[in-house]
Amino acid sequence: MTFYQYIAEGLFFAFVLLVIAGSFITIRARILMHTVMGLAVALLGVAGIYFYLGSMFLTLMQILIYVGAVCIVLIFGIMVGSTPTEIAEKTIKGRKNIFLAVSAAAAAFFLLMISILKTEWVPAAAQVRDFSAERLGESFLYQYCLAFELISVILLIAIVGAIILARGGQENKGEPSS
Amino acid sequence: MEIISTLPPELIRMVFAAIIIISFIFLNAIMMGYLERKIAGHVQRRPGPMEVGFHGILQLVVDGVKLVAKELLIPINVDRTFFRLAPILSFTPVILPLLVIPFSEKLQARDLNLGLLFIVSMTSINVMALLVGGWGSNNKYSMFGAMRAVAQSIAYEIPILLSMLAIILMTNTFSLKEIVGAQQKIWFVLLQPIAFIIYIISGVAETNRAPFDLPEAESELTAGFHTEYSGMGFSLFFLGEYTNMFTVASVATVLFLGGWHGPTLPYGEYLGIVWFFLKVYFLLFFMIMIRWTYPRVRFDQLLNFAWKYLVPFSLANILITAVVVKL
Repeated sequence: MTFYQYIAEGLFFAFVLLVIAGSFITIRARILMHTVMGLAVALLGVAGIYFYLGSMFLTLMQILIYVGAVCIVLIFGIMVGSTPTEIAEKTIKGRKNIFLAVSAAAAAFFLLMISILKTEWVPAAAQVRDFSAERLGESFLYQYCLAFELISVILLIAIVGAIILARGGQENKGEPSS
Repeated sequence: MEIISTLPPELIRMVFAAIIIISFIFLNAIMMGYLERKIAGHVQRRPGPMEVGFHGILQLVVDGVKLVAKELLIPINVDRTFFRLAPILSFTPVILPLLVIPFSEKLQARDLNLGLLFIVSMTSINVMALLVGGWGSNNKYSMFGAMRAVAQSIAYEIPILLSMLAIILMTNTFSLKEIVGAQQKIWFVLLQPIAFIIYIISGVAETNRAPFDLPEAESELTAGFHTEYSGMGFSLFFLGEYTNMFTVASVATVLFLGGWHGPTLPYGEYLGIVWFFLKVYFLLFFMIMIRWTYPRVRFDQLLNFAWKYLVPFSLANILITAVVVKL
């Protein structure tokens, strides 16, 4: 193996470790802010895996959107809202919930494993598809144009909905609308 | 040692580039600190630091030694993990953008073809640091500072990106080197004056500097998100802020002021760095002058200005650019 391959292998395991450690923090942390930070770490690890797979564009977008925007909005939500900052021990109640959670997780795990095992994986060297920014942009605007536009409509609906919800609170206090 | 002999030259180059850039960051912070205090002094009709060295030129070195020597206080009620993490988070991501900035035609650590996007995504992590520090300090002032920082940087990130987009539409590339190369004949500040103005305003706001320094407004919030920090913890925030300013100014230079282009020098492909630095420090001087000249805006004014003026103007600018480019 050349030196570059050692680095690449090392980086791959480092990124996987980031994802696993981040997810673990997300699940186990008692303080709500720590969960979000764990999520940020996990998402950074996912960005790293995109980098390992050779798509710089996806890596940067993952960092910009998930770490730089989604996580920050989540933290902002926690800070502004009157959310309890600590998750109390008693929220984990009853055997029934644990059983449901475990079975749901197991079902998801088996579904994923079935699809992973059934797929015929192409070795990286044989992959010729290119995921550069140009290629992605083209496929968004030609091949997947409808889906792309529909997603933007959903986002628009979400924004309008958020504004209506925020305004609704104001109107109840008797302040002038619009 | 078989591995050492197979060390790729590219890797060695990157390590050297990283060392140079990190040392430059500290040098830049010292220079900027000195400049800021001197300019502040002269704006307010007083000499500024005068005691240490010629006209106080060693003042910041002495300050640095003092800050390193100081005890790192950790208040009792803070979230220790977050409190320690925040200065690191604020300092580390600001090193990375400098790796892709072309200081001259041949002086660039790495020419990514998505360079601009790289800078944008790395600087977006910086907000996280303010949030983590502000929340972790467990202090009302810090918390308010952090909340303001987030609202502000979300609001001003959009006009910054939109003004960059106008340049990308014109050059069809994200690579900073190619963007500078496209300005051989005419600087983009002449073709895109509106985008330049929007970029500079939002850039000052992004770096949390006066008149947009709401996150650390001294008169209301003591020191905002870094109220509880002492010694090196505080200095890392400080370094992060100055490096961020440098990044904003260098991106402005690359996008609008023609990067390394200027009157021809011998060894132009290396010495273009002289023109680059002149432009960058002119912009930084301008930002410092703004800070000591204008009063702080109110928070609602700040957000209204971003959402009601900067965003529509930059959208209109993009629309016009797109039409003109297509014609």
